[in-house]
Amino acid sequence: MLLNQFLLLGAVLFCTGVYGVLARRNAVLVLMSIELILNAVNINLLAFGAMHGEAAAVASQVFALFVITVAAAEVGVGLAIVLLIYRNRTSVDLDQVDLMRG
Amino acid sequence: MVAQNIAFGVLAAATSLAAIRVVTTRNVVHAALYLVVVLASVGALYILLTAEFVAAVQILVYVGAIVVLLLFGVMLTKATLGEDDQLDNDQRWLGAVIALFLLGTLSFVLVDAFGDDKLPSLEGVSRATLEAQRGSGAVGDAIFSTFLVPFEVVSVLLLAALVGAIVLARRD
Amino acid sequence: MLENAWIIPAITFVSFWIILFFGKRLPRGGSEIGVAALVLTFVLSCVAVFQWVDRPADTIIQPVGASHASADEGESPAGGHESPAAGMDEMEEGHSLGMRVVPAAAGGETDVEGEAEGHEVEPIRAAVDKSTTWFKLGSLEVKAGIHIDGLAVTMLFVVTLISLLVHIFATNYMQGDVRFTHFFAALSLFTTGMLVLVVSSTTLQMLFGWELMGLCSFMLIGHWWEKKENSNAAMKAFLTTRTGDIGLLVGISTLFFAAGRTFDIATINAAALGGGMSETALKVGAAALLVAVIGKSAQFPLHTWLPDAMAGPTPVSALIHAATMVVAGVYLVARLYGVFWQGFDISAGGANPIAIVGGVTVVIAALLAFVQNDIKKVLAYSTVSQLGYMVMALGVGAWTAAVFHLFTHAFFKALLFLGSGSVSHAVHSFDMRKEMGGLRKHMPTTFATFMIGSVALAGVFPFAGFWSKDEILLGAGKNGYEFFMYVGLVGAFMTAAYMTRCVYLTFFGEYRGHGHPHESPKAITVPLIVLAVFSVGAGWLNAPFLNYWFGEVTRNETGVMAGLSHHPFEIGAALVSTVVVLVALGLGYVLFFLDKLPTGVTQRNALARVGYRILDNKYYLDRLYTDWIVGSVKGAIAKAAYWINQRVLDGVVNAVGVGAKRLGRWVYDTIDQGLVDGAVNGAGTGAEGAGGALRTIQSGRVQQYGALLFGAATVFAFVLAILAV
Repeated sequence: MLLNQFLLLGAVLFCTGVYGVLARRNAVLVLMSIELILNAVNINLLAFGAMHGEAAAVASQVFALFVITVAAAEVGVGLAIVLLIYRNRTSVDLDQVDLMRG
Repeated sequence: MVAQNIAFGVLAAATSLAAIRVVTTRNVVHAALYLVVVLASVGALYILLTAEFVAAVQILVYVGAIVVLLLFGVMLTKATLGEDDQLDNDQRWLGAVIALFLLGTLSFVLVDAFGDDKLPSLEGVSRATLEAQRGSGAVGDAIFSTFLVPFEVVSVLLLAALVGAIVLARRD
Repeated sequence: MLENAWIIPAITFVSFWIILFFGKRLPRGGSEIGVAALVLTFVLSCVAVFQWVDRPADTIIQPVGASHASADEGESPAGGHESPAAGMDEMEEGHSLGMRVVPAAAGGETDVEGEAEGHEVEPIRAAVDKSTTWFKLGSLEVKAGIHIDGLAVTMLFVVTLISLLVHIFATNYMQGDVRFTHFFAALSLFTTGMLVLVVSSTTLQMLFGWELMGLCSFMLIGHWWEKKENSNAAMKAFLTTRTGDIGLLVGISTLFFAAGRTFDIATINAAALGGGMSETALKVGAAALLVAVIGKSAQFPLHTWLPDAMAGPTPVSALIHAATMVVAGVYLVARLYGVFWQGFDISAGGANPIAIVGGVTVVIAALLAFVQNDIKKVLAYSTVSQLGYMVMALGVGAWTAAVFHLFTHAFFKALLFLGSGSVSHAVHSFDMRKEMGGLRKHMPTTFATFMIGSVALAGVFPFAGFWSKDEILLGAGKNGYEFFMYVGLVGAFMTAAYMTRCVYLTFFGEYRGHGHPHESPKAITVPLIVLAVFSVGAGWLNAPFLNYWFGEVTRNETGVMAGLSHHPFEIGAALVSTVVVLVALGLGYVLFFLDKLPTGVTQRNALARVGYRILDNKYYLDRLYTDWIVGSVKGAIAKAAYWINQRVLDGVVNAVGVGAKRLGRWVYDTIDQGLVDGAVNGAGTGAEGAGGALRTIQSGRVQQYGALLFGAATVFAFVLAILAV
């Protein structure tokens, strides 16, 4: 198998995630897109780990686990924020969250 | 070798298509279900990369917990169940252009940098050796020796996220 | 203990965490942990002191100014500097790169050898150096370690002793406080910071301890932050010292590069003294560090935070704002003395920035001490003034005298602060005029110890302050800084006078407060008595009858390399300063004690009458500041401005006016109407258009910002990729 197979799949996943983050209106969908981005990163980590021997393989797995953990934490806090926005504005439409407008 | 490539092809196709459906579908619940497909296929890809423990964790944490959490989020924010034309904002074309441009740049760089680099073949390596070198046991050893401090830090991060989520979400 | 001195700060650091986490659950709210840790560190410091004194003085270091032949000879045996007679197995003892170290065959022969080379060089005790790699940045390896010499050992002793006594004092003084545990945790952390500063072998570690102390000082001044003044005072202290810390950062960086990419203090000193640094780098480094000293040691003009810092609890004032943290600046100069010695050319005599800063501070602060009615403010200004003394001593090249004054001052100033704390414990106030007076009958122990502290501060023979002050004056006189000797004498005069006033208002006359003050409990009086003993005896350590023992023990490589000279005790100079102090005390007695006698005295005695008037008007200082100085300056400036306005400006204006009118007409016709208007209108339209265009970008929509961010990053990545191919 080629290393690039995995890297390119990671790139596709990443760009899909980026599109989702930029184009989706619903905050929960934006969170889902962020999960795509994080998965792309994990694929890259493990692919490079498999490329460079045992020590790298183990290290890459450990870091992938850390990324999964951080993703879980991120979803927890992110959803809490989304709920808070929903409670204050009865909507999770990100277009309406524009307090930073200049 | 061929089997692996076929497996990769199938999984990659499933991942990409499901991922695109996640960001294009007009049904919020469907998006979450497509996300399950993406995450599960990615988990299968981890097995291809000899990272079985991460694959297991991927299924458990992502599919088992995070997607459920996201579905709860969908439910609690009273999203429209069924078709909803308002899910995308008006800059989706800008987003698409940026994403495609990014994909082009990344592909160009990756092909340029790694070309035909092959992953080292594991044929002829016994299962026991592989298990000892990069199996769950080896990962566990690494977490609790080399990466002990980062592990503790991640634990604290989880705790902080827990507390933060509760503080943010509770009503008072 | 010398090689493992890092344990001492480590103990207090551990104690900080224990108090923080478990203090509230302990029966005495964590104070027992703090006291126990301090007892331990004090014992260890005493062990360190004994080991240091016991250490054979067997290392000969050539002054930089010595003949080159011997200097070269000294440099060659890189590893052989250690005397075989020493028989010690310290790890990297006295390694000090580039330092001119000559091995001595045996302790007894060294003098002979030194004289044979044509100059007397007394052997000193080699410093204990031990370090380990802290972190690596590329090829740069940053070390962290301990550098223990006489100066460090002295400071260890002073800091741990005073911290211990303050802890004991605070167990009673702070009883029932809302944040009792927090207070002790912060005290422990503070002590850690000071000890780290003291033992550190690199400037980076010093910065670490320095900032740790700044933080603790902030927390402790604002201990009762519910009152707005207190949190303001904490903020003021923090920000003012921070102003100085910029200097510290700049100085450390400058010296880091100037000394060849190293933070090691011994190396920096050696490079500075041995000519291994450019003159500009030295000057910049020394000036930047002087700014740091001005901030931390409350020197003029950044001294204003220290009196405000008295808002903190009294034990804090005693520990932090009198005995330890504020002398960190003095310690910094003493530690990096090579840099200052060369950078400011101290050996030249006359005047230099350090001496000037110190001298100005001595006088300014002592003057201010006269007009305070808050007993702690008097002591605060006195502290500022005494710190000025130390800085001035360093500026005039009297290194030993400065360190010695630091040593003695710590005892009697801590004693005075704790004494004022004891008084306020009894009368629940710090106001000398309204709430005190006549306390000597009610609080005999506090009175006796406070008196000892006062006479020690005033510099009365044979108390501690006399010996150290005398050395500073002598050093100033002998090193070619006669002017600063007179400044010192003036300072001594004023010190004696304002302390007389303070003692009078607090302990003599009639009690003006309400209720019945009573003597404080043992936890408060015992530290007072211990400190009183030191305030009497500490000065004898460097007295002629003990053969200048203190100076001999604290001599280090830097001092020897710089060729610091020691001046033996002179009975004449001592007599002069004693007379000055006695006159001040007498004057103070006349002014403050006698004016309370029947009115006849003020009528008959002209001196008392003048004194009374001066006293009544707060020495006219307020008027001096507000009316005379501000008023006269204001008036003079106004008058001068008026004169210039009438005579000079009017003429100029008229002439200019006529010319300008003609020029203006021409400019209006050609340039303004034609050129400028077009440009201005164009610019306005352009700005409006750009603003309108940019305004749409400021939509407040996160996703639009995200799109811009990702787009820009992608474009950059693309450009980089193209460039790399």
